[in-house]
Amino acid sequence: MAAIPERVHLTYLVNGEEVPVSFAPYKTLLEVLREDLNLTGTKHGCELGECGACAVLIDGEPKLSCLTLALECGGRSIQTVEGLAQGTTLHPLQAAFADHGGSQCGYCTPGMLMTAKALLDGNPNVSREQIKQAISGNLCRCTGYQQIVDAIESAAAEMRGARK
Amino acid sequence: MMRLPWFDYRAPRSIAEAAKILAGEGPQAMLIAGGTDLLPNMKRRHQTPKVLVSLKGIPELKKVSNGSGIVFGSGLTLSEILNIEKTPTALRQATAQIATAHLRNMGTLGGNLCLDTRCTYYNQNYEWRKAIDFCLKKDGATCWVATASKRCVAVSSTDTAPALIALNASVVLTGSSGEREIPVDALYRNDGIEYLSRRPDEILTAIKIPQKNFKSTYWKLRRRGSFDFPILGVAVALRFSSGNIIQDARVALGAVASRPFLVEKASEYLKGKALSDDVIAEACAMIASRAKPMDNTDMDLYWRKEVADDFAGYALRELRGDDMRAMRMRIARQELTG
Amino acid sequence: MSAQEKRFDVVGKNRRRVDGRAKATGQTQFADDLVLPRMLHCKMLRSPHPHAVIEEILTAKAAKHPGVHLVLTGKDFPVPFGIMPVSLDEHALAPERVRYVGDPIAAVVAKDEQTAAEALELIEVKFRVLPTISSPQEALQNPEPRIHDYGEQGNIHRNQSYEFGDVEEALAASDHVFEDTFFFEGNTHLAMEQQASLAAVEGDGKLLLTTSTQNPHYLHRQLSRVLQMPAAHIRVIAAPNGGGFGGKCDPANHEMVVAKAALVLGRPVKICLTREEVFYQHRGRHPVLMKFRTGVTKDGKLTAMHLQTLLDGGGYGSHGPASTFYTGVLTPVTYELPRFKFEACRTFTNKPPCGPKRGHGTPQPRFGQEVQLDKIAEKLKLDPAELRLNMVTKRDSLTASWLRIGSTGLAECIRQVVARSDWKSRYDKLPFGRGLGLACSAYMCGAGVSIYWNKMPHSAVQLLLDRSGQVTVFCGATELGQGSDDVLATIVAEVLGIDTGLVRCVTGDTGITPIDLGSYSSRVTIMMGNAALQAAERVRETMAEAASESLGIPPDRVVFSQGRVFAAEDPGKGMSFVEAIALAEAKSGTLSTVGSYSPPKAPGKYKGAGVGPSPAYSFSACVVETEVDPRTGWITVPKIWIAHDIGRALNPVLARGQVIGGIYMGLGEALMEEQVFRRLPPKLSGALVHRMPSMLEYKSLTSLDMPEVDVALIEDPDPNCPFGAKEVGQGPLLPVMPAVANAIYDAVGVRIDEVPITPDKVLRALELKNAGKNPRIGPEQFPSVPYPKPIFVLPPGEGGDGGELKSPEDKPERKKVAA
Ligand SMILES: Cc1cc2nc3c(=O)[nH]c(=O)nc-3n(C[C@H](O)[C@H](O)[C@H](O)COP(=O)(O)OP(=O)(O)OC[C@H]3O[C@@H](n4cnc5c(N)ncnc54)[C@H](O)[C@@H]3O)c2cc1C
Ligand code: FES
Ligand code: FES
Repeated sequence: MAAIPERVHLTYLVNGEEVPVSFAPYKTLLEVLREDLNLTGTKHGCELGECGACAVLIDGEPKLSCLTLALECGGRSIQTVEGLAQGTTLHPLQAAFADHGGSQCGYCTPGMLMTAKALLDGNPNVSREQIKQAISGNLCRCTGYQQIVDAIESAAAEMRGARK
Repeated sequence: MMRLPWFDYRAPRSIAEAAKILAGEGPQAMLIAGGTDLLPNMKRRHQTPKVLVSLKGIPELKKVSNGSGIVFGSGLTLSEILNIEKTPTALRQATAQIATAHLRNMGTLGGNLCLDTRCTYYNQNYEWRKAIDFCLKKDGATCWVATASKRCVAVSSTDTAPALIALNASVVLTGSSGEREIPVDALYRNDGIEYLSRRPDEILTAIKIPQKNFKSTYWKLRRRGSFDFPILGVAVALRFSSGNIIQDARVALGAVASRPFLVEKASEYLKGKALSDDVIAEACAMIASRAKPMDNTDMDLYWRKEVADDFAGYALRELRGDDMRAMRMRIARQELTG
Repeated sequence: MSAQEKRFDVVGKNRRRVDGRAKATGQTQFADDLVLPRMLHCKMLRSPHPHAVIEEILTAKAAKHPGVHLVLTGKDFPVPFGIMPVSLDEHALAPERVRYVGDPIAAVVAKDEQTAAEALELIEVKFRVLPTISSPQEALQNPEPRIHDYGEQGNIHRNQSYEFGDVEEALAASDHVFEDTFFFEGNTHLAMEQQASLAAVEGDGKLLLTTSTQNPHYLHRQLSRVLQMPAAHIRVIAAPNGGGFGGKCDPANHEMVVAKAALVLGRPVKICLTREEVFYQHRGRHPVLMKFRTGVTKDGKLTAMHLQTLLDGGGYGSHGPASTFYTGVLTPVTYELPRFKFEACRTFTNKPPCGPKRGHGTPQPRFGQEVQLDKIAEKLKLDPAELRLNMVTKRDSLTASWLRIGSTGLAECIRQVVARSDWKSRYDKLPFGRGLGLACSAYMCGAGVSIYWNKMPHSAVQLLLDRSGQVTVFCGATELGQGSDDVLATIVAEVLGIDTGLVRCVTGDTGITPIDLGSYSSRVTIMMGNAALQAAERVRETMAEAASESLGIPPDRVVFSQGRVFAAEDPGKGMSFVEAIALAEAKSGTLSTVGSYSPPKAPGKYKGAGVGPSPAYSFSACVVETEVDPRTGWITVPKIWIAHDIGRALNPVLARGQVIGGIYMGLGEALMEEQVFRRLPPKLSGALVHRMPSMLEYKSLTSLDMPEVDVALIEDPDPNCPFGAKEVGQGPLLPVMPAVANAIYDAVGVRIDEVPITPDKVLRALELKNAGKNPRIGPEQFPSVPYPKPIFVLPPGEGGDGGELKSPEDKPERKKVAA
């Protein structure tokens, strides 16, 4: 068996920017984002796939960074909450979360936002039921989800308006 | 932060290459597809392979082909299975109820079929398991579910397997010395530790579902509307003749033993019958009598056994054409139709 | 328009919370997001045994492991600590005894977490295992071995008894006496954030601990104790918390450990607990067994109640002494109850310690009380809503236990949920399998006394106004997600007539902010808010004086609104807020004021009268609709209505969010959340372990399990509260569990007298019903508990003075109980 390398060197496309990364090979994407790229916006609540706090978009799809091997992400597009706003202009989802009580402690918020983004990017014409389905892999202990659904609904309406 | 142990990583580009690596590395190597089962297990030190052989870079495993039936590459993700129009109803319903949307974007059909068995004494962190002096399945000598048992009774928790068994599907296993095709139920052994009949060097490469005009359905018992593994899965596939007489029937149960299995007696019984209330009741009793859950999953053991009958009834009534949408919404918290 | 009567600028408006943007951009830095140069990482070794003596710890191998910088054990922490001065029974690392699986024993500090974890496995510990206690019943039966060598006796930690008026006499004179036992299973907070702490020695040589805590002040005091350092050399910053719910109230082992490590090494040291460790840190809802004997008249008035509770405390004291009180003291707040006897006992067991969780001690008896009321209403053939409406406590009254009720909107809450849920035409009339249930509750707006006895303020605020127009407000209060920063900014902004965007909140930092006792007991809006109000009014006065001179009007005719300072009679005559600051700064020097708040003195004088009094009480009423499948017992909750008497909603979006969040947590407790333990067959193993310390197996509701909630905020401003605003963080959770139980009864006619209420229990009860037996699942009996002789106090209505009657002969001739 070949010796396990101390570190792996790869390039990611993080929030649209090419970023060289170097990390210990046992790390998950979650650990690399937080510990090696200092992108601590992505959170963790279990590291076992059981809460959704670590959700990011990998090639546009919401996935759990805690169960993604960092060494399988070379060349991939990774979107995190840090890349959601355009400059200082908030994404409609961010503004809606802030305005409608979608975020209380804010800990589940990055995972919720990225999940909701993937949903609305696909189709901003969504029902409350579809929103609840989409975020059912993200636990929140503060809000009871209702205002999160309100926020996503409101952002969806805004995004529909913008698309017209 | 729960972290993975150190491992070596290999990324073959073809099935043949993967099979060669597996054969060469022996039991210290494990396949990884979506990783949604294996990585949590590694973090908890249930499984500590020295070498991970990734199936992600093998395009052949992503293929879908139609012929007399449908053939799914084992590397298709669960979300991809849901996006394929031809996916039969039971498989679609089972797949849509697996874990969460994020996990379905990651986990594969092959990985789901090869999912490690589960048990509340086993799916715990290393420190917890140390506190009970470990268990038969891993590092210990006693099965804490049934202390007299010589056999590990961890539960098969795959949702797709019972659906695929009902649909009479088979799997293709490819090893360094060739490939073989076996029915899905033959993939499993009723042993919580050696739960697969797959040889260590074999890769599950494809899932074949014959096209037989089956009407099928899957009902899953779990506590919440998402995340939770099945603690009972009832899959039924029926082929009706013109007069609503059942020509062919296959009933399968999941999550009530160390393997998913075909309920032969009920399947035979249903053949040649119409789904009257009496026939349904009789079939349900037969199905339920085969559900012998153990006290190693979520929810009350006796209750789980008692409702097997009802879940079988939901499935059969739905196939009869009863409007089960409200019930499905209540049980599965989702609108799922064919 | 006068200066006082101006319309609100900020209060009552739906606004983006002041910390909303940072949260939505992921810029809020939680404790584990912090990184410092040269930072090291810590992991703790925890006990695999529920009860054992540590005979030997060998750490040499771990210390030599490459990358390891330090190994700490119990001998590094000779001084014990605890949140309550009466139970200082914890050590940062156990010196000689472990009391539950997960009790910390040793810690390793290393270059990274992986290395620290590897080194933990090299520590060898020799244990001598001891017999274990798994329940209060066992604790009562087995005084030996004692889990702690302090407490009342044997394994009883706290034991107490109070009697307000002669309860037996009143029960004997009642038309009916209802006797019921209930059980409330323990559960935990499960905040999404796993606790993290980062300790460092700052440039000035002092210790800085940034941590997930709700109570930086109490932690500060305990750190000073454990580390034997002057408090002035320690600074605690409460990082924004990723949820608290009571789980971050206790000073925690890991906080002491990293603090010590940073002091020894002179390098920053961080720790973040794993989810499993969070379950061991626990301090959650106590499992409580309770028995109610309640007397009523035939027309549905309470005559007396005898309440007994038995708490499963776990391995340490934690907030236990307070929790024990709270299993009864708030019981008389909702309905008129002429006489009340309350006995409570907390035992030690070999499980993670229980403590405060949202509603602290009160949800359990509230569950029993409100389910029992449902049974009473049925027996008396009264509508459960009417029954309650007819006996709500009155404004400005005293309870039998001498709690002062100020404002109350309970009657209006009941009316609202009754109307909104269409109760009158649906309760008891829906088809079999569907039902409605109603329950009420009350909660306090801050505890009347501090956790340690002192006469100083409970909350303080300092304001600093700058000629730039910026208003900085300093306060020790801690943001958990509940919105305390927003409350602070709102109050200051309202008084000064400016936008909250001009207010910078500096909070939860013992190094630079004045005291606030912490984010617990729903005290922040009221106590911090009143302090902020005082500080803001003081600075407004100074500014009004300067402005009045320039405007040529009396100071009390100066209005502060919409960013301007102007004459009440002629709004055109005025200046901008910034100009007003400049004038005031020129006249009186730098503008800075302080405000502080101490709650009013409680009317009760007996020993223990300090627990329960509050400046105000919030009230809520809740209706839950259920669908129960009679064949399987499967429970669905399609809708919940709640009305909450909040006094005034400072920011209605946030207030509604708190209400819905409380309902969410209450529904989880009602249906599935439980922190339960597993004992292996004793012949084979001494293990006593948490059944499921994971996010997957500790079941919390997902978005698909949560019904839509209809929220009515009842606004009847309370004079003791800032702008009349009462609490909203805890109260709305409390009525949910009993309302679910009552709704299940309405649906299928079975009583589940314990939570969680799971389908298997419902089905078992239905089977009993079909067999013609009592269709009830719940505890069969209440054990005999050696409660002490009660402290006897005469209720206000019977001529008492609020003090204890020392001997029974002191009892004056009592009025006969109304029959
Ligand atoms: C929180 C949570 C909830 C979940 N809930 C459910 C649920 O409700 N129902 C359910 O069924 N599953 C559930 N899962 C498990 C898992 O996500 C799915 O079963 C998934 O389909 C597994 O696929 P994977 O590709 O990720 O498998 P992996 O983790 O990659 O592999 C799983 C196992 O199969 C082996 N393997 C993978 N591919 C092959 C192959 N082609 N040939 C041979 N062996 C192979 C691996 O070596 C490993 O032992 C859940 C997981 C989590 C974390
Ligand atoms: S951290 Fe919980 S799912 Fe990834
Ligand atoms: S806002 Fe706190 S967990 Fe969702």
